[in-house]
Amino acid sequence: MLSMQNISMVYRTETVETHALRDFSLDVEEGEFVSVTGPSGSGKTTFLNIAGLLEGFTSGRYSLDGKDTTQLDDASRSRLRNEKIGFIFQSFNLIPELDIFDNVDVPLRYRGFDSAERRRRIDSVLDMVGLASRKKHLPSQLSGGQQQRVAIARALAGEPRFLLADEPTGNLDSAMADSVMELLEDINSKGTTIIMVTHEPSLAARARRNIFVRDGQLSVEDAGLKVAIGS
Amino acid sequence: MLRYYVKLGALSIRRNSILSALMVAAIATGIGACMTIVNINYVMGGDPIPHKSKVLYHVQLDSWDPLEAAREPDFPPSQVTYRDGTALLAAAEARRQVLSYRSSRVVEPAERDQLPFMVNGRSTSADFFTMFDTPFLYGAGWGASADEGQEHVAVITKEINERLFGGRNSVGRFIVMNGDSYRISGVMNSWAPTPKFYDVNNQSFGDAEEVYFPLSVSIAKEISSDGNTNCWKPVGENSYQAFLNSECVWLQFWVELHSVEEKEAYMLFLDAYAETQKALGRFARPINNRLSNVMQWMAVEEVVDDDIQVLLGLAVLFLIVCLLNTIGLLLAKIMRRCGDISLRRALGASRSAIFSQYIVEAGLIGLTGGLFGVALTWAGLQGIRGLYGNSGFLERLVSMDWVMVLAAVGLAVVAALGAALYPTWRACKIQPASQLNSL
Repeated sequence: MLSMQNISMVYRTETVETHALRDFSLDVEEGEFVSVTGPSGSGKTTFLNIAGLLEGFTSGRYSLDGKDTTQLDDASRSRLRNEKIGFIFQSFNLIPELDIFDNVDVPLRYRGFDSAERRRRIDSVLDMVGLASRKKHLPSQLSGGQQQRVAIARALAGEPRFLLADEPTGNLDSAMADSVMELLEDINSKGTTIIMVTHEPSLAARARRNIFVRDGQLSVEDAGLKVAIGS
Repeated sequence: MLRYYVKLGALSIRRNSILSALMVAAIATGIGACMTIVNINYVMGGDPIPHKSKVLYHVQLDSWDPLEAAREPDFPPSQVTYRDGTALLAAAEARRQVLSYRSSRVVEPAERDQLPFMVNGRSTSADFFTMFDTPFLYGAGWGASADEGQEHVAVITKEINERLFGGRNSVGRFIVMNGDSYRISGVMNSWAPTPKFYDVNNQSFGDAEEVYFPLSVSIAKEISSDGNTNCWKPVGENSYQAFLNSECVWLQFWVELHSVEEKEAYMLFLDAYAETQKALGRFARPINNRLSNVMQWMAVEEVVDDDIQVLLGLAVLFLIVCLLNTIGLLLAKIMRRCGDISLRRALGASRSAIFSQYIVEAGLIGLTGGLFGVALTWAGLQGIRGLYGNSGFLERLVSMDWVMVLAAVGLAVVAALGAALYPTWRACKIQPASQLNSL
């Protein structure tokens, strides 16, 4: 479903060449819940950006849902991103001047749904994350946990095949983090594939599969992760 | 999506209210300054009789000094002599022709309690009203027979009718001017051709006259012109008859010609007339007769002062400076929205969607700037009125019609869109992943 083969990403400046990913290969099957861990600067975020079509790569091949993304133009990448992928960010990334309803509405607008369909989807996902009564609130009127739930609702509104989560609980206290994780597990149990970058071993352990990234390369998977984290 | 972009634009304007206000102020100031001058230029340089300006021709005959042109390098005089004017009028070679000159009168009201008062008048042949399509409230102009019979008839304006007859239909009643009684044949409705094309020698932006009477009557009464009179050689004997026979130019002659053929035929007629005058010892200069339609005549006479054109250029430059400021402000605003743009790109917005969103926002700013610009234009025009006082011309000069209002708003929107192109292009170049933490 998600297939990366020998992906390399090199950032070049006039004086420095940084290899963010080197010959990175990974296959993720439909319905998996994969956690990605690794030290800072290891290439986790670069991997997530490439997986989410947020940036290109220097070499290799990346297929998403059977579609080779290598030669796609901007409009096609944007459409694929909109239809197939939902994003959850550490800092929620809600638009402060839009209320909750309009924040969730953003990806649906670019999909071109009519107003009734958008309203149906928004009501449904806000109900699912337990914020149906808050849709006229601004993000600043919600707690951090509630804001992240709105971000999850926004990611789910387009009914994507993938959820890409970058430290989704990084800005939350443990109770809120646990609540968000339960929500992600629930979403995954309904068939949505999730790839989650996290620093928290306890959260990574709740994923069905764990991968460890070091120096831009896939270093260890599954049992090895626990060794690496434990060491 | 347009409604969505308008909503986002309005939200963004509110969110960055100070930057937005500065942009609106920059556009409004530029538009206000530019449109104030454009409006003056528009009013002064407009077509005073658009439905007929291409078929009305001003006639020039070169009866001037053999040693010196009436106006360098080789312009014939702007007006005609009485001899030539009446000869052309009598020849009646055009569909219509009118010979006229400006002459004021003293009106003596019938009511004992009203004092006599001066009016601007025009002595004219009968075709004046039909040629220039003057609007009538009551009655009409007089016929050619009234000219020939030297009948004491007159056309008065609505204002004079209001003053003398309380606004009632006064056709058939009499008005006494300079001791003579004139039967009123028509009451003219409001008529303010700007410029006053039929006589630009005498206050080209002045008001139209208040009373009109037959030229033949004025000549018989030996009433002289109040307008511009130019002579290239002495009149000789000090008498009205000598003045009529002199080479002084003081009358305006216009003809109505509906086709190229008619114009060519009339030109041949003028040249033939000039030849006959040469045979009589006049017209010593090379034949140099001219026919100019209304707008050509306005250009020849340079009715719109060069200073206005210079001011217009300066105003456009000022608008450009304001727009350059707007570009800088828009760029600053968009760079502050990098996080928003990155997020929208991540959530599926294509570059063209981002472009549309920000160009619509720029359009909204332009529209707001345009509306404020209209207000500033109005204020600028009122300022001009404050400086130069009140007159009919100034009233017209400082009034904005809907064309100018739309032009001001349209120019503001187009200018804002133009100014937004570069900042919006920069916005489109922002990568989805680049600024996600800066929201």
